[in-house]
This record gives sequence, C-alpha cells and structure tokens, in this order.
Amino acid sequence: MNRFPLWKYVLIGVTLVVAFLYTLPNFYGEVPAVQVSPVRSSEKADIALLGRIESTLKTAGLASSGIELAGNSIKARFANTDTQIKAKDALQSGLGERYTVALNLVSASPDWLTAIGALPMYLGLDLRGGVHFLLEVDMKAALEKSAIRYQNDFRTELRADKIRYGRIAREGNVVSVHFNTRDQRDAAINKLGTVFTELILTPEDQAEGFSFSARLRPEAETKVQEFALQQNITTLRNRVNELGVAEPVIQQQGASRIVVQLPGVQDTAKAKDILGRTATLEIRMVDEQADPIAVSQGQAPFGDDIVPSREGGTIAVKKDVVLTGDSITDASPGFDSTSGQAAVHLNLDGKGARIFQDVTRENVGKRMAILLIEKGQAEAITSPVIRDEIGGGRVQITGMETAQEASDVALLLRAGALAAPMQIIEERTVGPSMGAENIEKGFHSNIWGFAAVALFMIIYYRIFGLFSAVALAINGFFLIALLSMMQATLTLPGMAAIALTLGMAIDANVLINERIREELRNGSTPQAAIHAGYDRAWATILDSNLTTLIAGVALFWLGSGPVRGFAVVLCLGILTSMFSAVTVSRAMVNLTYGRQARLAKVSI
Amino acid sequence: MLEFFPFKRTIPFMSWGKVTTAISLLTFLFAIWALWHQGLNLGVDFTGGTLMEVRTSQTADLHAIRGALDKTGLPEVSVQNFGTSRDVLVRLPAKHGANAATTSNTVMAALQTVDPSVELKRVDFVGPQVGKELYDNGALALLVVAFGIMAYLAIRFEWRFAVAGMLANMHDIVIILGVFAFFQWEFTLTVLAGVLAVLGYSVNESVVVFDRIRENIRKMRGATIPEIIDDAITRTMSRTIITHGSTQLMVLAMLFFGGEALHNFALALTIGIMFGIYSSVLVASPLLLMFGVKREHFIKPVEKKEEAVV
Repeated sequence: MNRFPLWKYVLIGVTLVVAFLYTLPNFYGEVPAVQVSPVRSSEKADIALLGRIESTLKTAGLASSGIELAGNSIKARFANTDTQIKAKDALQSGLGERYTVALNLVSASPDWLTAIGALPMYLGLDLRGGVHFLLEVDMKAALEKSAIRYQNDFRTELRADKIRYGRIAREGNVVSVHFNTRDQRDAAINKLGTVFTELILTPEDQAEGFSFSARLRPEAETKVQEFALQQNITTLRNRVNELGVAEPVIQQQGASRIVVQLPGVQDTAKAKDILGRTATLEIRMVDEQADPIAVSQGQAPFGDDIVPSREGGTIAVKKDVVLTGDSITDASPGFDSTSGQAAVHLNLDGKGARIFQDVTRENVGKRMAILLIEKGQAEAITSPVIRDEIGGGRVQITGMETAQEASDVALLLRAGALAAPMQIIEERTVGPSMGAENIEKGFHSNIWGFAAVALFMIIYYRIFGLFSAVALAINGFFLIALLSMMQATLTLPGMAAIALTLGMAIDANVLINERIREELRNGSTPQAAIHAGYDRAWATILDSNLTTLIAGVALFWLGSGPVRGFAVVLCLGILTSMFSAVTVSRAMVNLTYGRQARLAKVSI
Repeated sequence: MLEFFPFKRTIPFMSWGKVTTAISLLTFLFAIWALWHQGLNLGVDFTGGTLMEVRTSQTADLHAIRGALDKTGLPEVSVQNFGTSRDVLVRLPAKHGANAATTSNTVMAALQTVDPSVELKRVDFVGPQVGKELYDNGALALLVVAFGIMAYLAIRFEWRFAVAGMLANMHDIVIILGVFAFFQWEFTLTVLAGVLAVLGYSVNESVVVFDRIRENIRKMRGATIPEIIDDAITRTMSRTIITHGSTQLMVLAMLFFGGEALHNFALALTIGIMFGIYSSVLVASPLLLMFGVKREHFIKPVEKKEEAVV
C-alpha cells in the first residue's frame, strides 16, 4: 500500500535534477564584467564591434576572460574589479560616445548552464545596491501645455479664414474664444470643428457677446497624457544611457508614474541631476558658404558653430537661432504622401509657424539643421534641404533612409522638446556595502533557522524527522530554482519569506508525522498508519496552505516594492512546499519502508 | 518515541471558557487602549519623509552632526545611533514641494563637513502622496485578506467557523498592533507584510482544529459538542506546539541574524505566533460554541437515514 508506481519516482527524480541544475548558478556567483551597448536603438552590437573591443583591450594590455555578444550588447568578463575598472576607462575612450560602457556583473557559471537558461536569482536593489526612483509626471501641466498650443492654433486658423475674433483666453485646460456676432462664432465653430476633431466646442451666449469654449474629448485627453508619459520615458532612457548603468529599469507604473531603477549607482546626486535636466532643441540655418575642409578640421568660420551631425561628420551652423524647441508642439514619424519616403512630421505653434514661413521663403534650396542641446553640447539630429516655402506650421522632413530612422528622429525631437514636468516622489537608495550585508543577513537567517528546525525534527521524529528535514531542504532547492527560472526579483523581505515559508512548510510534515503516531497509538499496523497518516493529513495541509496563499496573493496585488518581493516568494514557497512535504517525503518513506511486507516497527 | 505532550485524557478546554474569554478581552482592550492612546509609530513608508542610514569612519559625534544639520535649515531633523556606535540614523519629516527629493543630498553634504569619509548606506525618501497610498493599500490589503480567508472558511466549513476563525485572528492582529503601539516600535511596510502573513498563517491553526472538529462530529456519535471540541484540541495540541515552535525557530534566526531591517518584522511574527496558538485554541473554539455549532450542520440528511437504520 505504500508503494509508488515507477512513473512517480521518475517524475520526482526529474524535478529534483531540474531543480538542482537551476539552483547551481547561484553557487557559482558572479564575475565583474564591462558591458558595451550602442547609445542609439537603431544601431546594433555586432561582430565588428566585438573585434574593436578585443583590439582596444589588447592595446591597453588588459586580459579578458571572455567576450560575448548577447542581445544588443557585448559583455567582457574580467578576473577582478581592478581590471574591470581599467577596462571600462580604456573602452570608454577607445570607442567614443556612440557606445555606453558600463560596469556589470555576469554569471560565473559554465556556458552549458547559461545555454539552458539557468541564471542566478535576480537580486533586488536592496541586495545589490543601487537607486530606485518613482517619478510623477505632472499631467495637469501636460494638459495645460496642449491648451496653450490650441490657443495659438486657433489664432492661426481663424486668421487664415479671415474670421474676426476677440479675446482668446485660457483657464486651466479650457480655451475660450470671444466674438462680436453669433455668425462669426458659428463660422469659427464650423471651421475649427473640422480641423480639430479631438476637441469639444461648446457655444456660450453671454450678455457681453458670443463665445465658445474648447476642451479635449476625454479620449483625446487620455491620449495627451499617455503621450506625455511615453515621451518622458524616452527622455529618461536617453539620459540614463549617459549614466553608464548596465541594467537600468525604466517602466511605466499606473497612469502617470515612471519607475527608474539604477543598479549599482551610488552617486544619487548626479543621478537626480541628470534625470531632472531638460534638453533643448534649436533650429538654425546651415552655413552653405563654409569651407568644407576647414569645417572638417574644426575651424569655425566667423559667426558659425561647428557641431557633430548624427548623419556623420560635422557641419557648420549659423549662430543665429531661427526657432527653439518650445515652438515644436509635436513630432511623429510617417511617410511622404507623394514619394512614399520615410518622413517626420513636425507641428509648430502659431508664432513658430509665422517665423518658419518667413525663413523658408527666403532660403529655398538651402539647408537648415535641427540641433539637440544637452549638457551644453549641441548635436545636429538632422539637416534637411528646404524645398519650398512652408506655411501653416506643419513641416515634413524627408531624407531619412528607413522608417526606423524616421521614428528615431521623431523620438529625439519629442524627447528634447516636449517633456511634461516630472517630480521624484519616492527614492530608495541602498549602498553597495549595505547590499552585501543584507545578503549575508538573509543567508544566515535561513541557514541557522533551517539547521535548528532540521535538528529538532530529527531528534523528535527520528527517521521520519530526517525525511522531513531532507524534504524541507529540497523545498528550499525548489524555491531557489523556481526563483532563478522566473528571474523574479529577490529582495531582503523575499529572503525573509524564504525563511518563513521553510518554517511554515514543516507544518505539513508535522501534521503527517503526528497523524502516523496517532494511528500507531490506536493500534494500526505501521504500513496502515503511514498510509492513513498521509491520506488524512492531506485535506488539512491543503486548507491551511490555501489560507496563507490568500494572504500572499492579496499582498502581491496591493503591495509595492519590497512587500511584493515578499509576496512572490511566499506564494511560490507555499506551492513548492505542498509538493516537497507531501510527495517527496512520501517517496522517501515508500522507498525505505514500502517494500517490507511485514513491517513491525517504524522509527517515528 | 519522544513526546512533549503525551496527553492520555482529553483536556477540558471548553470548561475554561469564561477565564480565557476574560483574558482575551483584557489583552484586547489593552491593545485598543495602546492604539488609541499612543498610536502606531508609523515609519516613513506611511508618513512620508526621509530616512537615511550612514556609517561614520569613527564613533559618530552626534552632537557635531546635529550642529551641522541645524545649519542646513532643514526642520525637525532627528539624529540617533542604532546598532553600532558608528551607525547613525537621520530622519526628516515629509516636506511638500519639488525639491523634497534633494533633501538627502543636502543632508549628505552637511554630514561630509563633519566626517569626510562618511558612507551612505541607505536612503528612503517617500513623498507624502506615496505614503498615503501605501497606507491606504495596506489597510485595504488587511481587509481583503480578512474577507478572503473568511469566504474560504465559509465555503470549506460553515459560516460559524468562518466568523469564529476570523474573529480569533483579528484579535491577534489587534494585539500585534497594540504591542507595536505600546512600545512605539517602528511600523514599516515590511512589518505590515509580516502582520498579513501572520493573518494567513495563524488561520492555519484554526483550520487544523476545525478540521478535527468536523471529523470528530462525524466519528464521535454519542459525544456532546464541547466534548468533541475538547478532543479535537487535545489531539492537535502537540502538532500545534511543534509547528509553531519550528516556525518560531526560523523567526528567531531572523531576529538574531537578520539585522535591523528584519528585526521588527521578526518581532511582529513572534507576537503573532504566540497569540496565534492561544487564540485559535482558546478564542476560536469557545466562539464556535457560542455561535451554536450543531451536529446537523455537518451531517448530511442521507447519512441521517443510515443512522436511523442502525
């Protein structure tokens, strides 16, 4: 009666082997590495870059213990942190600004383990050190900003149609336009209603005249907010690249928040500074008269600046600024309607549109440059040729080779110009020594706790106690393997949850062992007692684990950050413990006692 | 066979009902008083504010640190030692405004004037709105867990069991909170996680006893309900003590080795485990009796017919 069919033993054996394999990388630890990735998403890390890295390291006389290409980055391993830092400096100066060079840690486990996807557990910031920021995007400001744009656009449109209007006022995100006569007002609503379909225009008859108020439709409002958030995420991503962080996390949280996690960053003041900075855009004319040889040698003609261009090389631009980024209200990638070429569509506000019209009229056939200025350094994102006079504030830039490039340029234009203000509303910084200390504390809590429980179980239940202790250890392996496989973030509360679930998991074995003792006391034969013990305890084990699982799920659902890490481990631990405490320990009991037909006594 | 609790006879727990109810009521009222009178010492997670942990190169000169921080003009800065004499904890209340996030940088700059090699170990800055959300979500989580478990017990057993089990465990939770309020231990997010885990965990205890009661109701045909409950508790007693003892061993390891970060978490669990034993045995079961649980609630009509035949 206490025998498992062969397939059960095989199943248990296979799970044990898999669990062991996936736990293994955690014992190998990690080695220092330098990670190189291209700054721009359109560029790829490839074999050519790998070769450059190899030769750069060789000239610097630094020995790497392995260079590999993974995803869109290249990681070079080093024997110690000293070489790692020297290599970072060498690569930084050798590769230039087009690549992000960051310090990182990579798994030290053998390649075959990495090949089957076995990686060490992903450690949270409280264990590896680093900064966590929660930023809130000011959505009210984003909506007000769009209202200001409509104020200008209304003016341009009404003027173009020669509709007389009075005051255009704005209160919050509602724009109201005043007219002398009802006819003017109705004509304006007609006209603007067809141009701006995203607006609700409500006519209002007042004693002193006629007016209408304009506000965004709710769905358009959501779109503006989503847009602001996406744009800010893009901006942050560009900035974080500059910090040289190996594995930054930049994620949307809820409708208006962004989480930024920078593992390994210690200089929080600098990080805050960079995240909070705003980039500016400028549109300037390219100096067509400049001597190309002098420009390439960096000699700026009088009244010009020489700036690097994203399209390659350097160009000379006039010092006079035609427009600043404040005039750009939107930039989106698309296609030219006639040629089908990839293009970027720009919208300018009313004032910008007028200036742009004048400038383009006078400079047909010449080039203008759009500059992104960050950290006081300018860079030309694109420098298109003016084909025609451009009125109405809608500009199309062509000349991009691919749709990807067009969308990159559009992103840069938006990222530079249009970020709604953001505020840091939560910060959690953990120093590197603290991270290491936390790992040690969590580890010691687990080891000593486990040792005490195992010792107690063996003294109290003897052989069955030994089975329980082994099952508990296996449960620990399962949990670590599962966490490694899922790459769930392990935090200090998560380590506490491992200890806690181990402490609670033993409950199942105690229930079983007590039941077996009771059955023996009531005069059952050992075999019958074992069978009844496992059978009857199962319902209770299920019930008691499910209640804890309810708590775990609620914590995961409503918790944040560290609490969530606790909840994940708690839930997983409950699931693994049900398997290990019941099935695995039963397998051990069955293997030991199951074959003895006349079992007179069991050690419990 | 090593046995801690070789009970041969059933212990008449139910006859002690009045005494245990009185004890429960007293501790419960004490906890409510502590919560009412002193309130929880909520950490920055819930109140908002800045908390910094730094390590100085030599024994920290708190006086000099306070002086340097006074010069920054930051209001209500609290500076204290914790753990070793080199570890310093700096606390600042929540501040509205855009530059709240830079407070920690200001403090760090001031500390560097006192000790240039001061090492930053941890910063927690929580904006007031985030603090409020964490507080609300925490309270909501407590309710969700309580009702979730109650619903589960109601489905799995019967509503009387659900209400009795839940009341007993809410009693534990209130006592944990009461003790934290009385000693003014800091109540953080991690502690809250511990409290919720206790809620899920200590219901286990009630579940085990209830399971036995249900089984006994079916088995012990002649016995009265108090006898059935007494038997169930007596028979699960040693499992109760051993299980909780094992969990407590783990928690003790956290208390001793887990350091400052897990200290209060382990304390919350310790209180929860202690009262969990007491309440599920001596609070939940008398309540069950009070609600008037009957044999008929568990024995289906079909089985009754068989009984009639016998």
